[in-house]
Amino acid sequence: MSKLDAKIPKGPLAEKWSKYKATQKLVSPNNRKKLDIIVVGTGIAGAPAAASLAEMGYNVKVFCFQDSARRAHSVAAQGGINAARNNKNDGDSVYRLFYDMIKGGDYRAREANVYRAAEVSSDIIDQLTAQGVPFAREYGGTLANRTFGGVQVSRTNYAQGQTGQQVLLGGYSALKRQVALGKAKMFSRQQMLDVVVIDGKARGIITRNLVTGEIERHAAHAVVLATGGYGTIYYLSTLAVQSNGSAAMQAFRKGAFFGNPSFIQIHPTCIPVLNEYQSKLTLMSESLRNDGRIWVPKAEGDKRKAKEIPDEERDYFLERRYPAFGNLVPRDVASRAAKERCDNGFGVGKTGLAVFLDFRDAVAKQGKKVIKNKYGNLFAMYEKITGDSPYETPMMIYPAGHYTMGGLWVDYNLMTTIPGLFAIGEANFSEHGANRLGASALMQGAGDGYFIAPYTVSNYLADEISNKVPSTDSPEFVEAEKNVKAVLDKFLSINGTKTASSFHKRLGHIMWTYAGMQRNAEGLKKASEMIAELKKEFWNDLKIPGKTDEINQELEKASRVADFIDLAELIVTDALNRKESCGAHFREESRTEGGEAMRIDDKYSFVAAWEYQGEDKEPKLHKEDLKFENIEVKVRSYK
Amino acid sequence: MKIKLNIWKQANAKAKGKFEKYELDDVDAEMSFLEMLDSLNEKLIKEGKEPVAFEHDCHEAICGCCSLYINGHPHGPGKETATCQVHMRSFKDGDTITVEPWRAKSFPVLKDLMVDRNAFDKLMAAGGFISIDAGQAPDANANLVGKIDADKAFDAAACIGCGACVAACKNSSATLFVAAKVSQLALLPQGKVEAKRRALNMVAKMDELGFGSCTNTGACEVECPKGIGIDFIAKLNREYLCASFSEAE
Amino acid sequence: MSKFFTSSIGQKFFMSITGLFLMLFLVVHLTINSLLLFGDGELFNRAANFMSSNPVMKIIEPILGIGFIVHILYAAFITLKNQMARPQGYKVANKSKASWASKNMFILGGLVLVFLVIHLANFFWKVKFGTVAAITIDGRELHDVYGLVAGLFKGWWWYNVIYIVGATFLFLHLTHSFWSAFQTIGWDNNKWIGRLKVIAYIYATIVAGGFAFIPLYFLIKYVV
Repeated sequence: MSKLDAKIPKGPLAEKWSKYKATQKLVSPNNRKKLDIIVVGTGIAGAPAAASLAEMGYNVKVFCFQDSARRAHSVAAQGGINAARNNKNDGDSVYRLFYDMIKGGDYRAREANVYRAAEVSSDIIDQLTAQGVPFAREYGGTLANRTFGGVQVSRTNYAQGQTGQQVLLGGYSALKRQVALGKAKMFSRQQMLDVVVIDGKARGIITRNLVTGEIERHAAHAVVLATGGYGTIYYLSTLAVQSNGSAAMQAFRKGAFFGNPSFIQIHPTCIPVLNEYQSKLTLMSESLRNDGRIWVPKAEGDKRKAKEIPDEERDYFLERRYPAFGNLVPRDVASRAAKERCDNGFGVGKTGLAVFLDFRDAVAKQGKKVIKNKYGNLFAMYEKITGDSPYETPMMIYPAGHYTMGGLWVDYNLMTTIPGLFAIGEANFSEHGANRLGASALMQGAGDGYFIAPYTVSNYLADEISNKVPSTDSPEFVEAEKNVKAVLDKFLSINGTKTASSFHKRLGHIMWTYAGMQRNAEGLKKASEMIAELKKEFWNDLKIPGKTDEINQELEKASRVADFIDLAELIVTDALNRKESCGAHFREESRTEGGEAMRIDDKYSFVAAWEYQGEDKEPKLHKEDLKFENIEVKVRSYK
Repeated sequence: MKIKLNIWKQANAKAKGKFEKYELDDVDAEMSFLEMLDSLNEKLIKEGKEPVAFEHDCHEAICGCCSLYINGHPHGPGKETATCQVHMRSFKDGDTITVEPWRAKSFPVLKDLMVDRNAFDKLMAAGGFISIDAGQAPDANANLVGKIDADKAFDAAACIGCGACVAACKNSSATLFVAAKVSQLALLPQGKVEAKRRALNMVAKMDELGFGSCTNTGACEVECPKGIGIDFIAKLNREYLCASFSEAE
Repeated sequence: MSKFFTSSIGQKFFMSITGLFLMLFLVVHLTINSLLLFGDGELFNRAANFMSSNPVMKIIEPILGIGFIVHILYAAFITLKNQMARPQGYKVANKSKASWASKNMFILGGLVLVFLVIHLANFFWKVKFGTVAAITIDGRELHDVYGLVAGLFKGWWWYNVIYIVGATFLFLHLTHSFWSAFQTIGWDNNKWIGRLKVIAYIYATIVAGGFAFIPLYFLIKYVV
């Protein structure tokens, strides 16, 4: 287990990060311009990291597959960003945020990292505000806050229902400034296809120029992956349709360990599946649960309209089961409760796979105007998709795949097991344990990008000053490019009958059914077999039109689906291995008599870090034991 | 329902394009427009034909990828709607739908319905930021921002950078895009420091990139998926004129 | 500042300033013309002669001319540049809801210009360089401009039509230009946009309506 050293600084929890910063290795300003850094991804972690590193004086090359850095999917985060500022004088503190995250993550996150994330949370709000992010304000001009699920303080900063967009644009504008200054160089419409490792260190990447189809080699002293999550493994998810797990899989195949791949958050409030053609599910912000009440009819199969069902025949099941937190229980709990009702025949809507999220009482109490002010854009979005107005009839919602707590395993430096290869934001396995609390994804991503990676990357680069950037003609680059090209050619040469999307859809169905909200050993084993079969079929019956040296969106899809298939196997392996229920990972075999998730701390209080062993070989499990010295490990209860 | 499609096909930036006709027989009214195109592509691939290239990503009208000019409207029918929010229920059985890419000198077509909107990135790099390095920020509550100004700044900041304003404008002008960014930052105390420089540089860059000028037709605000108003253009004009008359260049 | 003259907003600024100046001129012009409707022409002749002999007007006249020329040249230049911004047009013409006038200002301006040339030839040219009958008022010999106007509309009825059509073009041009001028100089916000648009219609109706009423008046007076 020597490889799994989390490199957590010694000393009391609250002093670890300041001690790290005070004693870390530095690179002098003169030397920084001799060092090149590659940042892949321009979301809420990538853009700030690239901008901040460029501000320090490093040469930064930034890559994204979209046409512009501003389109990264962080843009779609709606509700808010947490910060332990105690603006509301309601007892918030860094420790409280740390506590909430550890508890919310069901005690499967690393204490030191979580505490650090909480520590820098306040600085992020300052930084973003200074960049011109128009956070909601009170009439007096101070920051406004709202409440999110799983906590008892009001610490979420927001910009209507478009917080992610505003926060991302803050980072994007900082990045654009560095591009204008010549410190950062932007490579958009570039899909990363491999990590290049030379002498055991990450030294560059191979990309495909999505416009010309050209395969490019880019070398650097360090590579930072900020490539987001892989929730689209379910095909239908709240993620953008192009979001993918390919970069993580490339790193995994090159030796980076994959942490807790099966921890995937299912978001409780999404617009349900409406038809079979659907390519995407739309998230309705968790903030809606501040005022909306979730219910289903008390009678099984009651198909009356919501309005016709009187109060005494409604089952406000979250309020009933979890009186302390009510509708604001964490996401995993809310999702499972909704699924439980629907599975037992109480679901509403055409498919019976939906529950009501009702604003009747809120509108009556606060008035339509106030509600419109808070959620106007979300209500409008809902109406555009479904044709129903949430002011008049309750929304129908159902859980959908959303955020991946799992990701590349990183140490305290946010470095993977490949030296020089960093993973930040959602791409790493990170601070959220087995379940993420609302409004903490932006917080963690931005924290990594603005205030953590710039320090830890410098710490690594301090030893690289005398090393030149490797030549892109070195054998490792040549070899990597050759392999990448071979795979692309292979896709085109199969010339079968089925499209890449059709495989993705089927894979998504398998994953949602057997490795979604509830999992059991039998189902997971079945999923494993089905994935293996699908994989065989994919490589024998795929049809990709066109050529490799042109814009070819089908080819792009194929390469993502191929990685998703491998990733699905990894997820299933991890889910099978973890025979406990924790957070979003709910194993039916491990639950209390009341049906709640049951952790098995003495056996599974570890991070599962998987090491690649070769094509079609079972990956090797490494365990990072989690020690909780600053928080009492309890049964997570929101009752 | 049955739908006839008339779609612009162009192999690459240099190729000459033309309209291609397609027919779909079983379009579900509940499909989104993009899902309809997905089903067309699925069909084309199976028939061994070239699928239609078009851009889309988040399907929540926030990433700004979509860029389809449908039957004479950027983003198709509907107010404050991006292409991804258009559903087939907006069309009738037997309708012919003409789909074109954004047309502007500054947005060259890359393939079929995909255009290069890099010009917007260049505009942002010309001044769409506040110069503050990480670590220098004062307390967020140190500068009080009144709710009215904060909300107004947000309205401007809601821009998703899709380019519908350029596509709708008869002059292919990017004035609304520039106005939104200049206004957002000029409305906030922290953005005022560089407000003049920003207005001058962004307008100069806009002209340099070959966008047309604003002639106040208001087509941009009508088609903007985020409903950004042309009152911000008045603000941009104000900022620019003040800057021009005061800044010694 | 040097960039100002060539920048898109700078050019529009000059369009707007000259436009506002021309709109002011129209008000003065209409005020004088409205005197045509009163009495037997003496009032109008006095005013017209005052305007043409007044030294202040001697200074303003070339400024007005320059105003027209700048307005037209910039319009031509901006329009040309704007057309170059979209080398390849749409197959389906843009259906975005925007006023027809706002999208056709250059054409409307051109039509107004054609009318203006006719108008100048009819009156300005004759008063300035041609021979206009003299009339004696209070012992002073003045140009009988009233006679010139009345004669034109009396002699050829289709001149009445030309003038009414010209006023219509002017109306359309003004509906957009009035509020647009304020928008361009930045004197506008979301509260005032609506108001200025209403004022624009009122202004355009009064000015163009006034100018159209005069030939109509003569048409009714002499022809019908």
